[in-house]
Amino acid sequence: MDTANERRTAPSGLTHGFDPKLLQRTEPKVTREADVKECLGVQGLNLYYGEKRALNAITMSIPERQVTAFIGPSGCGKSTLLRCFNRMNDLYDSVRIEGAIHLQNKNIYDPDVNVADLRRRIGMVFQKPNPFPKSVYENVAYGLRLQGINKRRTLDQAVERSLKAAALWDEVKERLNESAMALSGGQQQRLVIARAIAIEPEVLLLDEPASALDPISTLKIEDLMYELKSKYTIVIVTHNMQQAARVSDYTALMYVGDLIEFDDTKVIFTNPKKKQTEDYITGRYG
Amino acid sequence: MKSLRTWFESGSPWVWLSAGAVSLCLIAVFGLIYLIAVNGLPHFWPARIAEIDYRDADGARQILIGEIVDRELKTGADRASGGEAQVLMKLGNRDIYGLDFRWVSERGITRIEYPREIIAVEREEWGNLYGYLAGVEEGGRRVVSADDPIAELGARLGRRHELKARISHIEKDLIGGVNYEMENLRLRQRRLELDGVKDPGSFAAIRDSQKALEAEYERLNGDLAKLNEDIGRDGIVVRVAGGQEVKLPVAKVIRVYQPNRMSVAEKLGHYVEKIGEFVSGDPREANTEGGIFPAIFGTVLMVLIMAIVVTPFGVLAAVYLREYAKQGLFTRIIRIAVNNLAGVPSIVYGVFGLGFFVYFVGGTIDRWFFPEALPAPTFGTGGLLWCSVTLALLTVPVVIVATEEGLARIPSEFREGSYALGATKAETLWRIVLPMASPAIMTGLILAVARAAGEVAPLMMVGVVKLAPSLGLDGSFPYLHLDRKIMHLGFHIYDVGFQSPNVEAARPLVYATALLLVLVIVALNLTAIRIRNRLREKYRAAEY
Repeated sequence: MDTANERRTAPSGLTHGFDPKLLQRTEPKVTREADVKECLGVQGLNLYYGEKRALNAITMSIPERQVTAFIGPSGCGKSTLLRCFNRMNDLYDSVRIEGAIHLQNKNIYDPDVNVADLRRRIGMVFQKPNPFPKSVYENVAYGLRLQGINKRRTLDQAVERSLKAAALWDEVKERLNESAMALSGGQQQRLVIARAIAIEPEVLLLDEPASALDPISTLKIEDLMYELKSKYTIVIVTHNMQQAARVSDYTALMYVGDLIEFDDTKVIFTNPKKKQTEDYITGRYG
Repeated sequence: MKSLRTWFESGSPWVWLSAGAVSLCLIAVFGLIYLIAVNGLPHFWPARIAEIDYRDADGARQILIGEIVDRELKTGADRASGGEAQVLMKLGNRDIYGLDFRWVSERGITRIEYPREIIAVEREEWGNLYGYLAGVEEGGRRVVSADDPIAELGARLGRRHELKARISHIEKDLIGGVNYEMENLRLRQRRLELDGVKDPGSFAAIRDSQKALEAEYERLNGDLAKLNEDIGRDGIVVRVAGGQEVKLPVAKVIRVYQPNRMSVAEKLGHYVEKIGEFVSGDPREANTEGGIFPAIFGTVLMVLIMAIVVTPFGVLAAVYLREYAKQGLFTRIIRIAVNNLAGVPSIVYGVFGLGFFVYFVGGTIDRWFFPEALPAPTFGTGGLLWCSVTLALLTVPVVIVATEEGLARIPSEFREGSYALGATKAETLWRIVLPMASPAIMTGLILAVARAAGEVAPLMMVGVVKLAPSLGLDGSFPYLHLDRKIMHLGFHIYDVGFQSPNVEAARPLVYATALLLVLVIVALNLTAIRIRNRLREKYRAAEY
């Protein structure tokens, strides 16, 4: 259904294969790529659910302070890959991982890595808004309290700063002590983002953050991503190709556990190198 | 025929069937409460007292005074011969007649009257006394009183109650305190001996304190003797049925009233007063008179301690089973075993409690911490703590099962959200999962409390007694006396109903106590349910 929508509404210029003018525009990217530092380096990552292999030798380099989008059909492993970055897959006993992911030249799968510390550096926002059944304030302060920060002044400042950064402050500043469950879905999702950035991570992983939201809330989340990328490296999984095109600088297309193509978003959407990519973004399959 | 089939197909028979089952349950529950209430509550209402002229089978004439409590047709052979009815009279005056109740044949009754002058005397011993007030005595001499001996008596009863309060204060609080101190000193001395202390100074100090206490005791005893003399000054003379005059010291009288003279409002006042006494007073007369406050107190205290013991144990066990243990055959077996524990007959827990807690654990505690009191056991005998712990053991499966279900119901996204912020498993459990599971934990606790408050059989083995001299919670250090024996409503019902010397007279009390037990359980449950609802409101998860 998603792709049907895509076909109808995507700007025609983006969906057709070769357009020299567009190619022209993407040319400066080469110099830009040189400036961009690597944030997360994935090397030969294999992931198995029991015997079943879900990720095949993924190797990619996720640039710092850019928005990277993972797209692909359902079950292609994009969420699984995302959850490798903060080792969320460790929660499942049947998952086995080979390969390495480097965060600032340190393999996060090294045995001496403290997973809790890692997750403080790599925040995550889930598909379904999952604020805790606590007050708005306590939701945002949760990560800080975990680190033993209980000073009221520090918490107050952090809560205000994070809520402002998540563009939620004006809507909730009067009801900080009310339950977060009373907020709307869109507000809850921004609250979860505020909660994630309150502990000042380096990377923000977003797992289909807008798929449960209405269009206006989606728009707000997308605007937010644009704001946040000046400070954080953002990796987003999305079903919605328009969204990927709108918000991301880089796009990776995945298909049944393989990374098909990873490049500048403009290239992916205008001049993909692989036939498979072109087919997918033009909606011929997926 | 066809319409019947369509009726079946429409599904309405099932609606009727299920609704019928619900109504049957409701009828059963309300019927039960109604039966208990109807049998128990009228006991406190001041019944009219009849004076009857009665000719028994031999033709001898008697005058009987008492309450008419029941009427029934004679059975069997009697009915074949005459088919007459008989009435049950509560004659009271057990010290004179030997029996409280008597069946009299209705045919023999030639006259029934309800004279307004008849008094009912509630006594500390021997139950009620019915008759006419013949006079009031002071120091053995008849008081030349006005025409209204009742008013004269009223003033003297007031004096009696005041003196009685002072006596009981001296007996219970002051002398009780002195005795408690004496016992402590004795134990301290014994302890010193056991520890091999030779220093004569410490013993001398103890002896000095003992001397001081003994002097205090003598002084109190003197006061007490004087008060007892004072209270023994007055007496009343009652002319009972048959014309015999009975002397009764006012000290033994609790209340005197004239039910036949009372208006409805007065009766109501009397009724409320009696119920108040029932709920808040101490039992008298082998529990068949007076109140049941110690039993209510014991029941509630025991259940509360049980709740305090069972909650952490049950929750921790459930957390381990659900969150930490590797799910597999072994955990499945443990889970089945836990579920089956709930089905073990409660008397088995009583036996276990006696053997393990009382004799083994209690005996060990005594040897280690209270050697000075031996051979008298402190914890090596039944008591409040062992009652609570035995019941905790009995109810822990319920708490485990309910908590496990609560833990399983919490959506994984909340846990993931917490992990994603750098929380460890323990932090997530403590800050997110357990608070969210708290309503389920409360549900387990509600079931546990309901089960525990009504349990009697195991308690008879581990510390519930017919009459406990003191409450488990009082003003003397350490305030909560876990080693003391307690009274319990459930056991009280059994005791009054089947073990008392006067079963017939006590039967209404059985119902009244049962009603109170139900009310106590309902009150405990409602409190827990209120707490649960507040927790639910607080931790309501997103619903969209």
